[in-house]
Order: sequence, then C-alpha cells, then structure tokens
Amino acid sequence: MVELSIPLSDEAIRSLKVGDTVALSGVMITGRDTVHKWMVDTFIKKTRPPQGDDLEVYNAIKPLLHSSVIYHCGPVVAGLDTRQYKFVAAGPTTSIREEPYQGAVMDHFKVKGVIGKGGMGPKTLKACQDVPGVYLHAIGGAASLIAQTVKRVLSVYKYEFGVPEAMWVIEVKDFPAVVTMDAHGHSLHAEVEAHSKAVLQDLLTRPLESIPK
Amino acid sequence: MQDLTEGILELLRLTSTDLPPDVEAALHEAMQQEEPGSAARGALETILENVELSRKNSTPICQDTGTPIFYVYHPAGWSTQALRRQIEAAVVQATQKSYLRPNSVDSLNGKNSGNNLGGHYFPTVHFQEVDGETLTIELMLKGGGSENCGAQYSLPHTALGAGRDLAGVRKAVLDGAYQAQGQGCAPGILGVAIGGDRGSAFFTSKEVLFRKLDEPNPDPQLNELEARLTSEINQLGIGPMGFGGKTTVLGVKIDSLHRLPACYFVTMSYMCWAYRRRKMTVAGDQVKYE
Ligand code: SF4
Repeated sequence: MVELSIPLSDEAIRSLKVGDTVALSGVMITGRDTVHKWMVDTFIKKTRPPQGDDLEVYNAIKPLLHSSVIYHCGPVVAGLDTRQYKFVAAGPTTSIREEPYQGAVMDHFKVKGVIGKGGMGPKTLKACQDVPGVYLHAIGGAASLIAQTVKRVLSVYKYEFGVPEAMWVIEVKDFPAVVTMDAHGHSLHAEVEAHSKAVLQDLLTRPLESIPK
Repeated sequence: MQDLTEGILELLRLTSTDLPPDVEAALHEAMQQEEPGSAARGALETILENVELSRKNSTPICQDTGTPIFYVYHPAGWSTQALRRQIEAAVVQATQKSYLRPNSVDSLNGKNSGNNLGGHYFPTVHFQEVDGETLTIELMLKGGGSENCGAQYSLPHTALGAGRDLAGVRKAVLDGAYQAQGQGCAPGILGVAIGGDRGSAFFTSKEVLFRKLDEPNPDPQLNELEARLTSEINQLGIGPMGFGGKTTVLGVKIDSLHRLPACYFVTMSYMCWAYRRRKMTVAGDQVKYE
C-alpha cells in the first residue's frame, strides 16, 4: 500500500506502477460528463465563450486542480437544503466516456491523477506520460466505504449542472484505489485483456467431450 | 385485501442495503483465494468492508440501485392491479428515504422522473398465480454498469465456431465473459438462457439469477455446464474489477427454453458483485424476509 498525498509531486507519480494499491489523502474535485465538456469547450478549444460565472469558477478551480486529482463520480449528497453537505454514497462511474476530453484537461490544468472505473484509452495514457499522471481505479460499487473517506466537502462549483454532475471540492483521507495506468505507458487494462484473449482462444479450441450433444 | 406497501418498502430497504448471505460468503471465499497484498485481494477486502458498512448504516451498498425487478407469486383472489399500485407506492417512498437513487429516465427527453416510476417496465413487475395461501415477492436490483455487459448470440456463430448444441453454448458464454472484462464490476454472476425468442430469453437470463449461488441446477447436464463454465471463465484471469486475479465470476446459472426451429439464441445477463436480491413471504399476518 502506497500512501499518496495531494498535491502530487512528479517523483511520486513516476514512482507508481500498474498494480500498485494506494491510499490517497488531500483535496480533490469530482467531475464527469458535463464538467469535462464545459472545460474543453470553454477554456481549451474555446468553441463557446465564457458565460455567467464561468471565468470566476475557472480562476477558483485552476489552483485546486494543479497537481491534484479529478474523480469521476456522481455522488449522493445529504444536506442539500441546509448546505451542510455530506457525501452519503460516492462510488466511481465509468471513465471511458471522458476519453475524448481527459488528456486535454490533464494537460491544461496539470491534473496528475484521474480516478474512476473501467480504465481509459490511448489519449489519456499519452497524457499520463506527458504531464505526468496516473489513472487510479476505485472499487466499483463500494459507495458507502468511499463516502466515509470523504472527510469534508469544502465547496461546490456549477451546482446548476445537477448534484451528480457538479464539481464537488472534497477532502479525502485514505481513499483506496489501484494504479491501472501509469506514467510509463503501461495499462493494466490492456495487459489483462491481452492475457484473457489468449486464454479464451485456447479454451475455444477445446472440445466438450464430457457433455453429450 | 391486505395493504403490503410497508412490507414492500422494507423489502426494498433490505435489498438495497444488505447483501444476501450466500453472496457475501462467496465473496469472502474469493478474497481468501487471492494473493495477499494483490490488487485483486484489496478490491475484495474493500468490497466486503463496504458490504458490512452498508448493512450497519442501512445505506445503499452501491449508489446505482438499478432497475427494481419484482416477481410476485400470488394465490388466487389477489388483485394484481392493487399489488402493482402498492409496489409503486413503496418504490416512491424508498426513493424519498434514499434506499433507491432516482434512476428512471425518459429516453426521449432525457428527464429523470425523480421517483423511480416510469411507464410499464419501471419498476418491472411480473405476476404469477400460484396454489396455496402464501404470497411471495422476490426483488432484484439490477445496476446499469452490469446491464451494459449483457449479450445475445445467435447460433451458429462462425467466428467463435459455435454450433447449435451445448458445445456452442459454452463457446458463446466464454466469449461473453471475455467481452465483459471487469466492466460490470467483477466478480460477476452470469445468468444464461438457452433458446427462447429474443425477449423471453432476456427475461429468463435474469430469472435464473434468483437462484442461490450454491443451488445445483435440477438438470444434470446444465449443472455440469455451470460448474465447467465457472471454472473456465475464472481461468481467463480477468479478476475482481478487471485487476487480474483468480475470481472473475462467482457463478454461472443456466436455464433452457423451447425455441423456434429456425432460432438458437444464447442470452447472457451479467450481474455485478453487488448482487442484490431478496424475498418476502406473506402468509396471513405473518411477513417473513430472506
Ligand atoms: S455494476 Fe453494480 S456494483 Fe458496479 S456500479 Fe453498477 S450497480 Fe454498482
């Protein structure tokens, strides 16, 4: 188990390799589909002009994201009416939907860690080498346990995107995850898939003698 | 007729927050088989801790509380219309109490109904009249990530070399498990239907998931195939969460349906480790849960 604290140093990132189990502590931000599209359209590709509080939010999250982590998560949050926010259930969501945006977002904001589930593709793997960064796989479905590692909700941006899609700034302690894409170009997902494919090919050639047709 | 709304609300709470004992035992056994210190073992340890915590705090095991699928077996004389209304009322209350996440989205305008109701299949309720005096309601919560991993093969399948026999069925299921990788929150449980039409087969592939993990298949041939597929899929090495490891599935459950002469489907539903299924029985004023 490797203990990692945010902000993440380049050395800490480069020392990680696929298969490592980590416990992450510090301040990170949740973001999923709407946030990634908003970031890329408004500030990276600039296909849409900033509106409303866009610039204000940008200036607030920029220092928070530097050397920090984005978590693909649509949490269940209690205390919405009193604004005494508390995370109740906070498991990871499927990451591959952010593949078109993730690399650019990592580069632009110098995000050094992305947490989610299911792994990501070649563009993100490339950004992991460049920034440098890692992809951290959280345990899908472990919603109660992960919510308990969220010690405080510090603030929320773009609440109007909806509770699951907003950017929640959270402080975590010992958030459990596994490195499945590292800064050296390795992807555990690609390795497991290749290995299982070879086993499958072999199994498919074997007959089913014991079961009559 | 009795009003069962309260009782069904408890069934929903129990299902969402308390994993059935057979599933927890299987996860525990799987954990002990993985190498100490490995990512696979860590994943299963985290899962088991999460199960414990959810039970203790009465909070959802996973935030995706899925499609609520009900099977109601009722004696003669019960009104299925009234039962459906009670189930819907309980689902709305369970959502208000955060046992369920609002999960029902209009496919045309993208709007979430906010209360887990929506049309005839949300929640899904199947009714069947039975002999005797006992009413039984079974509930399964089927999450989206695992639902995306389901598949249907039409045999013969040239690329797999799968013909219209059990040898072909085996190949299709092996391929389905490989295609799913860890994406459906492995270790999973596969529900498989052989035959049927495309619709009845998918329903059946979920119905078999109500069987207990250690329950042998009544058909000896299928029983053998279930055991063989479980062991062969675990040789794929995909492992918990797709981290690599010994346990890719906790089990495979198979049923066979009559089919048209022209069709031979192999249909697979993937259930994630958060295998939430529970049962309530009502006999007179006695309500029991298992
Ligand atoms: S696949 Fe199952 S465990 Fe995973 S996120 Fe969905 S409901 Fe939860």
